[in-house]
Amino acid sequence: MWRNTMPWWNAFEELRREMDRVFDNYNLGLLTRPTRRTAFPPLNVWDNAECVFVEAEVPGVKPEDLEISAVGNELTLKGRRPTLDGKDLVYHRQERGVGEFTRVVTLPCDVNADKVEATIKDGVLRIELPKAAEARPRQIAVKTA
Amino acid sequence: MSTESSLQKSEAQIVQPERVRGGPTYVPAVDIVEANDKLMLMADLPGVTRDGLDVQYERGQLTISGRVTPRQDPNTEYLLREYGVGDFYRVFEVGEGIDAQKIEAELSNGVLTLHLPKAQALMPRKIAVKAT
Repeated sequence: MWRNTMPWWNAFEELRREMDRVFDNYNLGLLTRPTRRTAFPPLNVWDNAECVFVEAEVPGVKPEDLEISAVGNELTLKGRRPTLDGKDLVYHRQERGVGEFTRVVTLPCDVNADKVEATIKDGVLRIELPKAAEARPRQIAVKTA
Repeated sequence: MSTESSLQKSEAQIVQPERVRGGPTYVPAVDIVEANDKLMLMADLPGVTRDGLDVQYERGQLTISGRVTPRQDPNTEYLLREYGVGDFYRVFEVGEGIDAQKIEAELSNGVLTLHLPKAQALMPRKIAVKAT
């Protein structure tokens, strides 16, 4: 039987990528390009037995402009990228995003929200979310009968 | 399942001149803004420290290269992977109208800001009209 090895929470992301690929194949680049970028900030997520790790590239975002919250298995990132102010400015290129952003990620398991730690360094945010006790793998001691 | 092409950062296809260090190289997103007296260039270089940054201006060409130290074990199995980690490299043809001696650079929170003052000869000048 066919078995889906992909975590269910990844399915939508995969679908979106698949759609991107389809559109690219039809050479609709001009139309699709501006909307192709996924939400800001881009995330990498991985885990080990004890923790889920979320890393995000957030260049230009100051720690005080970032709000991170975790409830159950949901992590929310909110923040703002500063705009450039000044008069008589002419933009020749504008590839970097500005303004407010929000991203909600569903994590593979519940986490201990009280113990979440986040650090930001050189525009890279790293969040360590300890897994909830019931989500951690447990070693079962086998007794001799 | 996910391919490299679905990652958000665009990977440089050909990097000239070729580098000694292997691994992927990415093209940083930039804003280029012109003010009355200067050009300003802001580049997103997340993960680049002062030591890893190299900015050069030579014969009208501005080269930005940022070295990024890998942050995870290369064998990490990602649950979600939206970007790759690697060096940044981008070259701009700025032209001769820049006063190279006065270029200033600052790096903060992973964003490089370059101030490129226009050469004096190209600055807009206000012409005073004398009363006769």
